[in-house]
Amino acid sequence: MSKKSYRNAIKEAIEFEMRRDPTVVVIGEDVRGGHGAKNTEENKLEGFGGVLGVTKGLWTEFGSERVIDTPITESAIIGMTAGAAATGLRPIADLMFMDFFGVCYDMLYNQAAKFRYMFGGKAKAPMVVRGMIGAGFSAAAQHSQSPYHIFTSTPGLKVVVPSSPYDAKGLLTQSIRDDDPVVFCEHKLLYDITGEVPDEDYTIPFGVANYTRQGTDVTIIALSLMVHRANEVADKLATEGISVEVVDPRTISPLDEEGILESVASTGRVVIVDESAARCGFAHDVAALIAQKGFYALKAPIELVTPPHTPVPFSNVLEQAWLPSAERIEIAVRKVLEV
Amino acid sequence: MKLTENQLLDAYKHMRDIREFEERLHVENTTGDISGFIHLYSGEEAVAVGVCENLTNKDYITSTHRGHGHCIAKGCDIHAMMAEIFGKDEGLCRGKGGSMHIADLNKGMLGANGIVGGGPPLAIGAALTAKTLKTGGIGLSFTGDGGSNHGLTFEAMNMAVVLQLPVVFIFENNGFGEGTGCDYAVGSKDIAGRAAGFGMPAEKVDGTDFFAVYEAAKKAIERAREGKGPSVIEAITNRFYSHFEGDPGLVRSKEEIEYIREHKDPLKIFRQKVKGQVSEEKLDQIDKESQSLIDDAVKKARAAKNPEVSQLYTDVYVSY
Repeated sequence: MSKKSYRNAIKEAIEFEMRRDPTVVVIGEDVRGGHGAKNTEENKLEGFGGVLGVTKGLWTEFGSERVIDTPITESAIIGMTAGAAATGLRPIADLMFMDFFGVCYDMLYNQAAKFRYMFGGKAKAPMVVRGMIGAGFSAAAQHSQSPYHIFTSTPGLKVVVPSSPYDAKGLLTQSIRDDDPVVFCEHKLLYDITGEVPDEDYTIPFGVANYTRQGTDVTIIALSLMVHRANEVADKLATEGISVEVVDPRTISPLDEEGILESVASTGRVVIVDESAARCGFAHDVAALIAQKGFYALKAPIELVTPPHTPVPFSNVLEQAWLPSAERIEIAVRKVLEV
Repeated sequence: MKLTENQLLDAYKHMRDIREFEERLHVENTTGDISGFIHLYSGEEAVAVGVCENLTNKDYITSTHRGHGHCIAKGCDIHAMMAEIFGKDEGLCRGKGGSMHIADLNKGMLGANGIVGGGPPLAIGAALTAKTLKTGGIGLSFTGDGGSNHGLTFEAMNMAVVLQLPVVFIFENNGFGEGTGCDYAVGSKDIAGRAAGFGMPAEKVDGTDFFAVYEAAKKAIERAREGKGPSVIEAITNRFYSHFEGDPGLVRSKEEIEYIREHKDPLKIFRQKVKGQVSEEKLDQIDKESQSLIDDAVKKARAAKNPEVSQLYTDVYVSY
């Protein structure tokens, strides 16, 4: 076990699986990088490995046959990935920014996600679509969204949103070995965080929530970057004697309903923090679940902390105000405690 | 190129099976026992069969919403196809796909597709698998003239050239995307000609002539198998029926359709071309066999049991 970044944890999962299984390939624009450029000595140099360097080094070990730089044509990338997955490969497609799903959604939504059902159980699509989510980088409205709620609403897709390096490696390994199409959402603000990550390979099952803080007074349910903000609030309130439990579902499809409801049953007070959307998002889905199946445990109305219903702004000042902050989470926690 | 008598009989049998299947669906569709959309392939048989006679189960094809012909040409079980269209549990997709989503991966049939332009990206995926795992197979997409205008198709063609994938793009130009004429909707009016812009060879063939399609496909498929990259074939063909069963069918006159049925029927043309090489009796015999095969398929499909409602929830995921 040693400390590793979220970025390296992700890369380790990919390289371990590529060594273990010759059918695993990586597909995407710039997954190696520099292909066809003049300064790479006739394409003999390792490129930059994706815009944020996650896949750097893979090409040197696995070559162009398995680390496949493509044109920036998302529909063809995801379509080719789906076709390859149905016929014997375990491809990992790199969509770069998850925001770009709009360009290629048909290949996920109408094709890969539906193969198995529509073909009567006779097909599968063991593929992973990796992509960056999240605001906080001043990347503005088309490079900062967290559209995981849209993937979740499509039956047939599994949706993974890891918050720590440990979870990232274990869940990505599980995703690559999974026989269903998995959308793997990496928050760009988390790439440089570090944490203990085993050197060997391991998997984390889907649909098992992680309690990142144990507590008795309030449950905060959060994903990805928001888990860190929730933890921060839990630690701060602990000094006042307020005991906050933080539940990170880690995967939204499947969702650990039991894990969530168990925590709600024990605290009776709930705050859901979600970066995806102010309407019809993850928070609303979980709130509905609790209202339906955990209603009698509730001592106060459920509080949601989401961004406003606007595109993500560019200006740092506006963007910070857009993202759910620790302050807003704290206010929400105090509010549910007042009732 | 000379085909043996057995090869010719095989090709004719496949074309005849498709014709019987389709003509029968045209009738059965009016009985109320079939729900949903049915898009008939009658008139285009020489394309599917001319291409698929060159393929094996290692090769994967993608199809269109007008997919029955491709399924039969690729060797899908006709009884199971018919049961699927009747929505029955014994259907090839257990009644969950229907006419527009018939698939059989064991036969290299990656699915008919309800999305225009949906097939080419999936076919390059199959080609990538073949290339990476060195299976010796290829990927091949059937797309219509409508799908030829689709952005997904363009992206797939470019990707195939960039990655030098073993894939063939077949464009079945039957003159209409739904009810919109190809002369109007294809900017260049030349689908094959566009391929040059992507950097791959293309050929335009008479899609009513099995032999023309067979030869062009053979060349393109061999090229792909030899690692020489993708190519395009545009087959000019006709559909006997309108876009879907029950649509108003106003895009062509009765006279035009009569003319097509008389002079552009791939089965009649085939019979003409094999005169002297294959006896009329043998071809007539195939006609009879096809008829009883389809009769039997309809009878069994109608009698087959419906899926259990509990099946609604199965096969969403491999594992959850």
